[in-house]
Amino acid sequence: MATTLPAPRTVGRRRNIEKYGWIYMRASGVVLVVLIFGHLFINLVAGQGVKQIDFAFIAGKYATPFWQVWDGLMLWLALIHGGNGMRTITNDYVSNPTANRLLKGAILVAVVLLILLGTLVITTFDPCPANAAPGTLPTFCSSIGR
Amino acid sequence: MTLTPLNTSALPGVTDAVMNPAIRHRPADGFTTITLIIRRFDPETDQEPRWVDYDVDTLPTDRILDALHKIKWEQDGSLTFRRSCAHGVCGSDAMRINGRNRLACKTLVKDLDPTKPIYIEAIKGLPLEKDLVVDMEPFFASFRAVQPFLQSHTAPPEGRERLQSAADRARFDDTTKCILCAACTSSCPVFWTDGQYFGPAAIVNAHRFIFDSRDEEAEVRLDILNDKEGVWRCRTTFNCSEACPRGIQITKAISEVKAATIRRPDRIKIAVA
Repeated sequence: MATTLPAPRTVGRRRNIEKYGWIYMRASGVVLVVLIFGHLFINLVAGQGVKQIDFAFIAGKYATPFWQVWDGLMLWLALIHGGNGMRTITNDYVSNPTANRLLKGAILVAVVLLILLGTLVITTFDPCPANAAPGTLPTFCSSIGR
Repeated sequence: MTLTPLNTSALPGVTDAVMNPAIRHRPADGFTTITLIIRRFDPETDQEPRWVDYDVDTLPTDRILDALHKIKWEQDGSLTFRRSCAHGVCGSDAMRINGRNRLACKTLVKDLDPTKPIYIEAIKGLPLEKDLVVDMEPFFASFRAVQPFLQSHTAPPEGRERLQSAADRARFDDTTKCILCAACTSSCPVFWTDGQYFGPAAIVNAHRFIFDSRDEEAEVRLDILNDKEGVWRCRTTFNCSEACPRGIQITKAISEVKAATIRRPDRIKIAVA
């Protein structure tokens, strides 16, 4: 009886991103827990709580690079995390190849569009727009003459 | 000749219950009448499976398999199911009993609620052939695909076995218990909707060799399971661990294979086929 295989079968498999997708979901999940609860605390609990949220509050946040980075990270990580989750669900439940590709295409478009739009807002946001109604702008706008 | 109404009181041994179906059947001492509602399917006559109920007299310590035998032997010989050893070793009689995958030969009547009907159907996710019998071939194909046999490039010492320490043996002890009953794979919601998924049982059997110190082809199996339909399909719902009649910690085994796949350096492979 042969006890060894002189040439065991080898397999060649196409490389796939599933492993990296799986790692990304775990890593981004951990970071998102901190980012989202930090976001909720700052916006809804700290200071005057939910009453403080108005244009001036948001504008004040986006005037500081810290919150720009925080919200930017949250935007990218959460959208890719959610998009990948939706992709996974589609792969799980949609066996028709055409419908599968259509749905995943729609998810990709939605994710890319929202990321671009969100990034545009975060990076180009003007906290002191001209001709704004008086009293709606953050306090520091008066110091730059608007 | 004129027919006269039968006088039951004049017939010794004939009870009212026999003569009058309106009087409920009374089981013998110690026995309880349980109702099994079985999802039956005859491919020659049925378009769709149908639920059929049977009343069986059972002892509390009877197994569901005994009840199925009683039906097959005493009520309806066409009832079809698999069983071989009938003692929880061969893995033939996995079925869905009250919505949970179990072995009929390891499920006692007293462990279910005998006052309520017991629903029995074939395991899900594999092609239904007849009554409780499914086509196991896709399941075994996944099993074969993970190369579930010892592979070594070196010969063992002449006339000797390959030695292994007790600790090395314990590393994969849990996954040696698999009896290939498919209770895990057919309880997996991912497998229900995606038959291409290798499934828990194949991963358990790959685990058994990946973590065997005598085996030298762990890399090949990790490559196979790093597939799009491999370990990353697992959603850790723990259905498999709950379904396993051998108590294998299946979800843990799958996680260990995932971890082993992540820890090794990634090798870029080009498809051959």
